[in-house]
Amino acid sequence: MKVMIRGNESIAYAFKLARVQVVPAYPITPSTLVPEKISELIANGEMKAEFVPVESEHSAMSAAIGASAKGVRVGTATASQGLALMHEVLFIASGMRLPIVMGIGNRALSAPINIWCDHQDMMSQRDTGWMQFYAESNQEGLDLGIMAFKIAEDERVLLPAMVGIDAFVLTHTVEPVELPEQKDVDDFLGEFVPHYVTLDPQNPATLGSFGFPEHFMEFKYGQWIAMERAKKVIDEVFEEFEERFGRKYMKVYPEFVEDAEIILVTMGSMTSTTREFVRRLREQGKKVGLVKLTVFRPFPKEELREILKNAKVVAVVERNISFGFGGAVYAELSSTFSRMKEKPKIVDFIVGLGGRDITFNTLNSVVEIAEKAMHEEVDEVNWIDVNKEAVLKAEGLL
Amino acid sequence: MEVITRGAVIPEPGNSVENKTGTWRVFKPIIHYEKCIRCLICWQFCPEPAILLYEDEETKKKTPAPKEPLKRLPVVEIDYDYCKGCGICYNECPVNAIEFVKEEK
Repeated sequence: MKVMIRGNESIAYAFKLARVQVVPAYPITPSTLVPEKISELIANGEMKAEFVPVESEHSAMSAAIGASAKGVRVGTATASQGLALMHEVLFIASGMRLPIVMGIGNRALSAPINIWCDHQDMMSQRDTGWMQFYAESNQEGLDLGIMAFKIAEDERVLLPAMVGIDAFVLTHTVEPVELPEQKDVDDFLGEFVPHYVTLDPQNPATLGSFGFPEHFMEFKYGQWIAMERAKKVIDEVFEEFEERFGRKYMKVYPEFVEDAEIILVTMGSMTSTTREFVRRLREQGKKVGLVKLTVFRPFPKEELREILKNAKVVAVVERNISFGFGGAVYAELSSTFSRMKEKPKIVDFIVGLGGRDITFNTLNSVVEIAEKAMHEEVDEVNWIDVNKEAVLKAEGLL
Repeated sequence: MEVITRGAVIPEPGNSVENKTGTWRVFKPIIHYEKCIRCLICWQFCPEPAILLYEDEETKKKTPAPKEPLKRLPVVEIDYDYCKGCGICYNECPVNAIEFVKEEK
């Protein structure tokens, strides 16, 4: 059934279709509509779940852990400062190997306070042991939301997952979305079976125990193994989803790359603009390609090496910044190629922070520098669409 | 039981006894039975609980006491396997029958 829904509703419907049983959530812009829609669905009797209104995101994740440890399917949603407040609890969810799924309305972090889109919030949670998916559209938000449960709950994985939808560009934008039938999603996900020890008075166990130095590293190695195994499970689930629902997903989605000299790497909603931009460059005969990174954790090193190895320049277009180095995707991609003799020149482009629009002009600036990089040295990290003069004045450099 | 499990879960209950917390102790409480009036205040206050209570006639009789009639009351004993040496019993004892000395290992 085709419906017209906002990105936040995509996440809410993904939870409904996945028959999520507990939703502990605290509202925050731009993902407020997720818990709002879910409470509405529950109140209307359309969804059978326990909604837990909590007093903070820290509590939301704590309650999610408690519920998941009981052995039920759990989902929640947050964004930006809320995700940051959850930070320490995120490690506990992944360390306890609980397959919680969380929708994120990707938003900038203060200061200055800003409610609009960038990927800083999720990137800052890179090392928490959660899988990370980034949606390009509301359809992807819904599909990835459903698939995230199947991947997270797989016996070979058991790791929590977050699905990012870009603030406002997706969260508040109405798009046509193909809503799968409940029975098809039921068939796809199967009945929820916790493949882990749960809280059960009949079979007492200790969850969230102490880990002394002589054991701690083994548990961390277990998480490492799980994340590595997740790569294959993600591929399997993406393939099965395509067979059943006809929509194709790949950890790394390449387009126009066969003979491309310059390949742009994008994430999230900016991919749609970039696709059209690249298509037009192709019409002009320019050898430019596009790679969409749908999965950031586990980082799809193998696929990226294979797809990008023949390019002359890889332009990483990203909505986050790690001060003192560069963008997070640039850092990871550079490391990915560090052992390869033949490698493309990787150039970083910081764009669209705090909701600044990513337009054809932005991408033109990116490609101009990337073309220059084919035969001369360019800056490693390039800030695009920034009034640099004003900043230099403010910093006393002009 | 395997020590390494997924998510550091301890799937079997009742295994805290395997963890002998007595090794943490720096100071050690010692009961001097010739002063102990068997009031059980230490037994009530011990947070572990590492103070054991004996109610059998034999132990009650054979354990020394400051006065003969006190031998009708239950006797306490410190379980050094689990006593962490917090000193609460030493602090609470109303007749100073508990000494608190540096542990020698």
